Amino acid sequence: MPVQVNLPTVLRPHAGGERTIAVEGETVGQVLNALVARYPGMSGQVIDDTGALHKFVNIYINDDDVRYLSGVDTPVGATDELSILPAVAGGAFAAGVHHQR
Amino acid sequence: MLTLPRTVHDQMVAHCLVGLPDEACGRLGGDLATGTAVTCYPTRNLAASAKLYTVDPKEHLRADRDAEGSGNSIIGVFHSHTHTEAYPSPTDVAQAPDPSWHYVLVSLRDTEPMVRSYRIVEGVIEEEPVRLLAR
Repeated sequence: MPVQVNLPTVLRPHAGGERTIAVEGETVGQVLNALVARYPGMSGQVIDDTGALHKFVNIYINDDDVRYLSGVDTPVGATDELSILPAVAGGAFAAGVHHQR
Repeated sequence: MLTLPRTVHDQMVAHCLVGLPDEACGRLGGDLATGTAVTCYPTRNLAASAKLYTVDPKEHLRADRDAEGSGNSIIGVFHSHTHTEAYPSPTDVAQAPDPSWHYVLVSLRDTEPMVRSYRIVEGVIEEEPVRLLAR
């Protein structure tokens, strides 16, 4: 059964500008791998080389971050929505020390 | 160019001031095509640090849904620098995920908060003008 996948703006150009795609799969990992297989431009942006979730991406099933469920093994059903969003982080950190301007 | 209604600007700066001594962060919702913000989504800084920020992923999801649900998009991210200038740090550049976003910095180093906005595309920082609307 296909699952609705909500794409972030950064990935939409790889999917012809679509916001939402229906993708087959029974687990988060299967859905994401099928997504990347269909849109190879997303390769390396969602799943890393080892098949784990990319470090700078958050994946949600409905309202829940899958890292707090079973990660890529989290089961998904036809009524679920899978949302992909970039992890947003940064900070001044060493900004006071050196800048390239 | 980033266009900010005064209300969005003030809400953003207020959230940064309330977050002291830590960095504060949030999202901007609006029209991606024109670079006009219409909604400020203050978010929790999960890093709870004066030097780092991590947008709470759950609040990010909520902001994204609200923006998309009202026909807009998330168009950018803002965060404060508590003791440094309003310029993206190497950390900010390394972790800038979306070239279509506006990266807004609010510096609280001086008495008056300083708001500046940047585009970050493939690691290259370019400052852009910020236009303030009266309301």
